[in-house]
Amino acid sequence: MNRQRLTRWWFAATLGFALVLMLVPLPAPLAAFKPYWPALVLIYWVLEAEDRVSLGLAFVVGLGADVFDGVLLGEQALRLVALVFIVRHFRSRLRFFPMWQQTLAVLALLLNDRVLLLIVRSLSGAPLPPAGFWIAPLVGAVLWPFLFLLLDDLRMRLRLQ
Amino acid sequence: MARAHDETSPLFAGNAAGTLRLVFYLALAMVLMVLDHRNSWLWQVRNTASMVVEPVYRLASLPGNGVRALTIAFADRKLLTEQNQRLREDLLLANARLNRMASVAEQNERLKGLLDTQHSLDLNVQLARVVGVDLGPYQQRLVVNLGARDGVHGGQPVIDAHGVIGQVVQVLPTTSVVMLVTDPAHAIPVVDERSGLRTVAYGAHDADGIVLPNVPLAADVRVGDRLLTSGLGGRFPPGFPVGTVLSVALGDSGMFRMAQVQPAADVDRSDDVLLLHDQAEPAGPPAPAVPAGPPAALAPAPGTAASAAKPAASSPVSTPAPHPVAPAAAPPTGGAP
Repeated sequence: MNRQRLTRWWFAATLGFALVLMLVPLPAPLAAFKPYWPALVLIYWVLEAEDRVSLGLAFVVGLGADVFDGVLLGEQALRLVALVFIVRHFRSRLRFFPMWQQTLAVLALLLNDRVLLLIVRSLSGAPLPPAGFWIAPLVGAVLWPFLFLLLDDLRMRLRLQ
Repeated sequence: MARAHDETSPLFAGNAAGTLRLVFYLALAMVLMVLDHRNSWLWQVRNTASMVVEPVYRLASLPGNGVRALTIAFADRKLLTEQNQRLREDLLLANARLNRMASVAEQNERLKGLLDTQHSLDLNVQLARVVGVDLGPYQQRLVVNLGARDGVHGGQPVIDAHGVIGQVVQVLPTTSVVMLVTDPAHAIPVVDERSGLRTVAYGAHDADGIVLPNVPLAADVRVGDRLLTSGLGGRFPPGFPVGTVLSVALGDSGMFRMAQVQPAADVDRSDDVLLLHDQAEPAGPPAPAVPAGPPAALAPAPGTAASAAKPAASSPVSTPAPHPVAPAAAPPTGGAP
């Protein structure tokens, strides 16, 4: 019972931490390299514990991120719902991919996410972003194996499910 | 690890219920986006959620503050001495300049007093710190650590030591969001310091900069011209530097020239900014003086100019005949504009 509660706290803490990490500024030259942390953490949790991450949760996390960013309410909710749906759909296969294939899949997911963002932004009248816009998914994919191993290791150490 | 759920869920196929839920949530998100785009509800939501948002901003700015504190703590003594020396020189120079300007400013005040205008050169400002928060990629915005509790309100101009940075667009209880002059959605009325040409400067769409998208072909704008706020529109007080013209080229339409402008303010690197408060005096022209002219007793007979101008506003005609005194009081109100 206690262990279960701890698991739930750990789950919520990683998501909250991802949201805060999204807000932490990087030095100006590195700003374009910042990965989209909430997406990475959500992918990890869908792969590890599918029943915990429903589409509704992705929607709520996205709404929270929108309130923090203050850009357009619903933008990140839409992106995260689409992302979680795709990962849930291909979960069984993604789980048994070797790490390099999983990394490529994550890259495709993050690129798809950026395309969605581009569509939403251009529909709301924003100008086309510069080329640096497409760097962040690459960085996210490169960081994915490390994030996955780190979170998995922490989960094992804490003996969580 | 093995769970019963895995055996029931098919390996490749998705189920219809999941797709239905996806469609539902996507539609919900789109409705939210459209409503927010039309009515900007988000700011109301943010205002009610500011109890959560602001502590998270503080939390997110901690690493940046920590790095800054560390660089100061471990900074070279020599570096600090040099910096100190440079700052002293700057201060000396600024003070010397100020002293020279003081007499000119005083003279200016006196002359303006003679001309009966009421613009003072005093600034009513509030120092604010920039909170290190990243509001998403390619957002030309800042968060500062003053909010509604400190008397900040929307539309307040924000400047730094070199020029205009932007204006406050959203106020939370203890923080507020500043839109930079480089934001594509930002426009600021400017005047060319050299030629006196008035135009409007917009944030650039493609890079961090400002553009003058519609300079008439015959207008006198050259590379190196300094742009100041013109004060038109009443939001930005006149005379603050906005930027320097980098290049002037023929626009896409061929009807106007387009100028690229380098912002005067340190848009990327400002840690401390100043919020300008409204000046105490009214923004418009001075109130009209007592009408000079013949006394009211000598005014022409009622029913000509004054009563013709006045009843246009009030629908029932106020019958000038039974009140011969009324037209005598009317000319100041009717003739005010």
